[in-house]
Formats: sequence, structure tokens, C-alpha cells
Amino acid sequence: MTRITLTVNGRKVVEDVEPRLLLTDFLRHRLGLTGTHVGCEHGVCGACTVQLDTVSVRGCCLLAVQVDGSVVETVESLAGDDGLSPLQAAFKRHHALQCGFCTPGILIAAEDLLSRCDPSHEEIVDMLSGQLCRCTGYAPIVAAIEEARDERSRQRETGQ
Amino acid sequence: MKPVAFEYVAARSLEEAIEAIGRDEDAKPIAGGQSLVPALNMRLVRPTLLVDLNRAGLDGIESDGVLRVGATVRQTTLEHDVRTHPLLREAMPFVGHFVTRNRGTVGGSVAHADGSAEIPLCLSALGGTIVAEGPRGRREIDPDAFFVTHFLTTLEPGELVVETLWPPPEEFEGAAFEEFALRAGDYALSMVAVVVKRVEDMAADVRIRIGAVTDRPTGFADVEAALDGSFVTPAVAREAGALAAAAVDPGGSIHATPEYLRALTGTLVERALLRAWERAA
Repeated sequence: MTRITLTVNGRKVVEDVEPRLLLTDFLRHRLGLTGTHVGCEHGVCGACTVQLDTVSVRGCCLLAVQVDGSVVETVESLAGDDGLSPLQAAFKRHHALQCGFCTPGILIAAEDLLSRCDPSHEEIVDMLSGQLCRCTGYAPIVAAIEEARDERSRQRETGQ
Repeated sequence: MKPVAFEYVAARSLEEAIEAIGRDEDAKPIAGGQSLVPALNMRLVRPTLLVDLNRAGLDGIESDGVLRVGATVRQTTLEHDVRTHPLLREAMPFVGHFVTRNRGTVGGSVAHADGSAEIPLCLSALGGTIVAEGPRGRREIDPDAFFVTHFLTTLEPGELVVETLWPPPEEFEGAAFEEFALRAGDYALSMVAVVVKRVEDMAADVRIRIGAVTDRPTGFADVEAALDGSFVTPAVAREAGALAAAAVDPGGSIHATPEYLRALTGTLVERALLRAWERAA
């Protein structure tokens, strides 16, 4: 067992873990954060995507011991006291989810992309190539991310 | 889909990492883990000790003409670094996905030596260098003497890739990368990197490296030699593509027949060569 100390969704966490414990299983089974989903467990589907020290990563391709001292954010951190985040609200408006299995990972990856730039349609589609969705056909997901991008860009311009 | 039990050491320096690796013959180094952790999950790899390099101080990028890239520099970092050679910047978006590049490392891709990996292909095409260090010291290795076949390199037991060295773009030089995969982010069916110099409208120092249809970054001296001194027209590029298509010997798979892969490789060589030539102008 190895003791790890980290911050998850703003809360300090101290736990003893076996080195082989995956970050996904740590989040879900130890911390009860079941919003992070487990799909393929080999880095292909993107359902387990979480934020580690400001960038999006595959939770299934990381060991919990590796994130000792880090800051982890999961889908549970997106909505505030005043409701859905702008990106989540855009997903809702555009019906960008059906079964919802892929949604947490897509939201985290999209937040990462949007935090870096105003991504083009092509850049959004390219990012989504690493996030498998079998329900929507992606069009409403792309539309929602584009709307959130435009909203952010408008807010930046008006200085709000 | 859970790894076997293993011990874990987060090395705080290169010395500590080399010492830990040397302690256990079934030890494995882990960098980004974007190939290793899936293999652990599927129990294709069963190490008894995992030595984490992420905090070993191997994440620096320095430029003294040559770009010295620490082994644990993230792929996304190099993808967006203006000092990165244009060939590698063109190839980087083909490495895994947006999210996996955040964690995957440059050195890890090189050490893993997947025959379909873009970073080794570019390193070989550019004539870069792999710096390895182990209990017996540090040495520099030519990529063409490093990659043996899928997942096999000439690294000695206990040796680690600590750095890769990338030559800067040269005058009169043009480079291009081409890949075809069934879906974005999938392993390539075939990929090609071309570097060419255009001196007085004649091709010189042509370097063509082909991957995915081969088991490692592979050059074909006769294809390169045939281009030396020529003015690259579409017809010349098509001829070079045909030579490359005849030179490779892909096995074929459920996704593509050997004939298809040969034709595809020829097309990719033709396209990459033409674009590299235009860029060299």
C-alpha cells in the first residue's frame, strides 16, 4: 500500500492504495465519483477522461499512485451551485447526449480544448475522434461545443 | 482488465530510476503509460516493479540549434512548440488522440518502438539521435541502429531513453508527412515521411522513411538514390511511389490486402515527396 494525497474536485483526499489501482477505479470505488465512466480500459473510448493538473487525461491509463500531489477534476466538478456549466447547458439544449455514457469524458476533453483556443469545427471533430459516442452521431455534440465556444468568445470580447 | 500486482517507485532523478530498474530484471519503466497501462490492464505485460520516470527531471526541452527533448516531454508540448521541426509538427496530430497526447511522451513512443508510431518515423527521417543511459553510462544511438522490429530496440537491459535530439530545419530543405488510417487516431495502415533538399532545382539528400507497412522506420536507398539530382515533377514523384510500392512487402490484414497496402504506400510517397519538394522551394 502506498499513501497518496491529492485534491479531487477541490477536496483534499488522503488514501492508501495498491500501486496497481487505476485512477478510474480509485475515483469510482474509493471516492464514489461514479460520473467518470469505465469503457474500454485501454485508452480508446475516452469515457474515463478526467482533468489532471489542468489537462485532460485518460483515467484508465493512469495509476492512482501516479497522481500523488496532483489536482484532479471530474465531471462532478463542472456544475456549480447555480446549475449546469455553460458547456453542460449547451449539451442539454442541443440534445448532445442520449445514453450519457460518453458524456462526462467528452465534457472534460471539450473543456480542455476550449480552455486553450477557440477551436475550429475541424479541431473539435478531431478532438472528438478520441471520444467514442455510439448514440448521437456526433452532430449535436459538435454543435453544442461550437455554441459554448462562441459564448465564451463573446464574453471575452464584452469583458464579462 | 486489471493489472497484476507490482511494486512501484516514483524515481526523483535519473540516477534513482536507473538504480531501481537495475534492482529487478522484471522491472519496467513507465513514462506517459498510454501504451504500457493498456498492456498492463490486459495483462500482456506483468512487471514486478514499475519505475515511474515522470518526476525524474527528464521533461526539459533545450535548443542549441539541435532540439534536445527530454524523454518525458509530453507529445502535446512538442506538438505546440514553435521550435519543433515542421515535419514532426505535421505528424504529431496523428499520434493517438488529443487527450492521449496530453499524457503520452516523446521518449516513451521511441522506447516502445511500435512499427506504426509516427515519432520514431520522423526521428529516423530527420536523422536525429536517441540518447540512452544505463548503469554503464550514456550513449548516443542512430535511429536506424535503434529500431529492430515491433517493440524491440537495441537498448541494453537497464538502459533508458533519456533524450531525443532533433536537427533543425536546414536551408533549401522541405519535409512532409503522410498517413492513412481507417479512422482518425487509429494505427496507420501506412505512413511516410519525406525530407528533401532542393539545390538549384535538383533534389539532394533525399530521405524517405516508411512505416506501419514495415516493422520499423524503413528507408529504401534505391528509391532515394533514384531521386538524387532530379527535378521532382508529378511524374517523377509517381515513379518514386511505384518504386517504393514495389520495395515494401506488407503482410496484409483483415483491413487491407498486401496489394492495397503497397499501392497505398506508393500514393503516400508520391504525395509526401511532391509536397516536400514544393516546400523546399
